[in-house]
Amino acid sequence: MSVIEVLSGVLLAAGALAVLTGGVGMLRFPDFYTRIHAAGITDSAGAGLILLGLLLRVDSWDTAVRLLIILLFLALTGPTATHILAHAARRDGVPMWREGDRRQ
Amino acid sequence: MTTTFTLINVSLLAILTATAVTITRLRALYEATMLAALFSLVTACLFVLLDAVDVAFTEAAVGVGISTVLLLGVLALTRSSESVTPRRRRLPGAIAVLLVGGTLGYASLDLPEFGSADSPVQRHPVTEVYLHQSQEDIGIPNTVTSVLASYRGLDTLGELVVVFTAGLAVLSLLGPLARPERTRPTADFHLADYRVIRVVSGALMPFILLFALYVLFHGDYGPGGGFQAGVIFASGFVLYGLVFGLDRAQRVVPRAALWLLVSLGLLLYIGLGVTTMLLGGSFLDYDVLASDPDTGQHLGILVVETAIGITVASVMTTIFFGFAGRGVAR
Repeated sequence: MSVIEVLSGVLLAAGALAVLTGGVGMLRFPDFYTRIHAAGITDSAGAGLILLGLLLRVDSWDTAVRLLIILLFLALTGPTATHILAHAARRDGVPMWREGDRRQ
Repeated sequence: MTTTFTLINVSLLAILTATAVTITRLRALYEATMLAALFSLVTACLFVLLDAVDVAFTEAAVGVGISTVLLLGVLALTRSSESVTPRRRRLPGAIAVLLVGGTLGYASLDLPEFGSADSPVQRHPVTEVYLHQSQEDIGIPNTVTSVLASYRGLDTLGELVVVFTAGLAVLSLLGPLARPERTRPTADFHLADYRVIRVVSGALMPFILLFALYVLFHGDYGPGGGFQAGVIFASGFVLYGLVFGLDRAQRVVPRAALWLLVSLGLLLYIGLGVTTMLLGGSFLDYDVLASDPDTGQHLGILVVETAIGITVASVMTTIFFGFAGRGVAR
């Protein structure tokens, strides 16, 4: 196994871990805002790390370019979606969880 | 390898079933719409596993993208929670569902085993014709496109007529032909007031349209073609309309221009068929379009894909404008 393969494996595992944390967070966090924070991790860190891990395994240039474009697209759209969701929730008056409240 | 494949298939199918069951149990229609998008996404993944990349692409673009937006547009006009049907009146529905489901389940017993090498699809001589002879007849690598646009060009024309008719139906129900419009009061807030979404969607817009063109013209060589490209075009316009407001979107593409485009695509398709007849071939026989049959086929497929793209994009955008332009009736 070459260094690149090990590095790619580590990145893929880290990405999978981030996706898993996102999923667990979605289920465990108490209110809307903390939940989209968890969902945001799936989009940005999870998908980003997995794409970087895949990028080290490509065998042709055009695949690499495509992966880079997808990475760029996700880096732009994911955080925007999370941001605008949180904004809309604030505007509609979705209550925020404080310590001691019940889970919603 | 096979076990991994089976495992992925089984878990995707489990997710699909769970989603379907959840949708039927939900009364909140917004949530049901989002889950329907998830259903389409999982279906698209299953199509990819089956190596049906073109179908997966269409499912992802239509099922996940544009139909979710259209359903949300409908929900903005109606109530967002399902009304409760009395228990007695649910019986006929249940019987109909059980009958249809039972018939489908019974019919599926006749299907060949999954992945079987003896299935008619593998055995029938026409498979060989499409997969190998199409390279000589038409000379484009993506067999799906040669079947769709050339061998079965007439069927695709029928599909385009279906899309066209759907657009016409929506226009006559929600467009200017319906009762006088109650214009929607100007909203006190626009998504464009948020700088982040304004800048990001503005910056992405050219790339979305560029990607649609890529999908349109790359259909000969990889997954893609007119239907997918049209939907991507439409989602670009829909995104623009959602962020910058309907008025600005209609200044970019006026309604009258859209209505012209809806029929232009179909006319282009039929016109191509008539042209080939006038040149001495049969309807939609592209060989006669150029001195070399291969060049003729390329040209014909390009025109057909463009025609499909124009009609699909304008029908989808018209439907969105039709929904979004209505005054909220409550």
